Amino acid sequence: MIKKMFAFILLMFMAIMFYALNSNITENKELFGVARSYAERGAGELGTQNIVTSIVVTYRGFDTLGEVSVLFIAATGVAVLLRRKEEEAPGKRSKRQSSEILQTGTKLLTPIIIMFGVYIFINGHLSPGGGFQGGAVIASAVLLLFLSDINYEINHSLFNIIESFSGAFYVVIGLLGLILLGANNFLDNRILPLGEFGAILSAGAIPVIYSLIGLKVGTELASIIDNMKRD
Amino acid sequence: MELQHGIIILMGLAMILSAILAMMVKDLISSVIAVGVVSLFASILYLLLQAPDVAMTEAAIGAGLSTLIFLYALHKTKDAEEEND
Amino acid sequence: MNTIHILGFILMLIGFWGMLTQKNMIKIVLAMAIVETGVQLVMVAFGFIKGRTAPILDSPELVKNAANLIVDPVPQSLVLTAIVIGVAVNALMLAFVIKLYQKKKTLSITEYKDLKW
Repeated sequence: MIKKMFAFILLMFMAIMFYALNSNITENKELFGVARSYAERGAGELGTQNIVTSIVVTYRGFDTLGEVSVLFIAATGVAVLLRRKEEEAPGKRSKRQSSEILQTGTKLLTPIIIMFGVYIFINGHLSPGGGFQGGAVIASAVLLLFLSDINYEINHSLFNIIESFSGAFYVVIGLLGLILLGANNFLDNRILPLGEFGAILSAGAIPVIYSLIGLKVGTELASIIDNMKRD
Repeated sequence: MELQHGIIILMGLAMILSAILAMMVKDLISSVIAVGVVSLFASILYLLLQAPDVAMTEAAIGAGLSTLIFLYALHKTKDAEEEND
Repeated sequence: MNTIHILGFILMLIGFWGMLTQKNMIKIVLAMAIVETGVQLVMVAFGFIKGRTAPILDSPELVKNAANLIVDPVPQSLVLTAIVIGVAVNALMLAFVIKLYQKKKTLSITEYKDLKW
């Protein structure tokens, strides 16, 4: 009873705080400061059409490196916690084969879904999209394979190789910016030519970086799903 | 402009009702689906706020993979089916 | 009219209430997911400017005059990172819940009194 009263008082305080925050909100009229300089310089300096991509990969590229590491640590944590030694295997429950519509549909749809995911992260600098969305779509293709076939096992060595090399090449490209362009230029995208505005092979190293991020996120989410599914 | 404001208020009410439903129902599968509905409506609101990148990410990850991971966790803890409250 | 800010704040309050009062561990993790959705809504709503369009420059007149015609792109990039980190943290929390269940076969948080003295 007294715990519920404390919880209620805490929520009252939070509500008063949010109300005070809410009554000070004035409507924005124009961009200020950092956002204004990103909007003005983004297309000219970096050659991208999607300003959010240029912020995530180049202007704030170090935060993306930190986020990729957090994702890696979480995937490793899930794999370590849910690992099961072979002598504790429970008795197999009887599993049914899935229906024929699902099996046939999976054979037709899986290549299309993977191609759609690759399309999303290759066009990250021209239209809404990018590495994270494309990686999630690839992970859902792997999930469809799990649902349709009860004996499907992913190729663990292939996924490990793709994930490790994507992460390592991401850091190598960042260091290349430092070596080729002098100091202050970690993760710069001008190490490759900028090309014409609006073509696929434009914006320097941004398609390369986003493809690596997309592959890494996709294989990590697929390995999280595989560890939680294993029965 | 009036139509858009009314749609935002309706979706907001649906989100608040789904969130309260997720916290008060005894059955765990209904709670997981209700949180997926909150994520889905949030992705539509991001589109109305002129943020297409964020809408794509929330729809793919929040309403898709997150609901799925919760359902797998429910499957692995299934022998405690009656809820302790 | 800050409808979406108020909606985000109400979702955060509902999520925190769920985290403080529920006893089933999976419901506590679900409440944390609702809090994260509310926070992300408030952040993107702070960057919205009425009458402007999305930050993608696909026509020449947008390229010339970009700073006066697009909404704020900085909160959108921060929320993009936050959504992916949120799902990773949810997966790790659920892995902990599964391990605790395998130890004591109950999902109620009042049974785990090993650290209390």
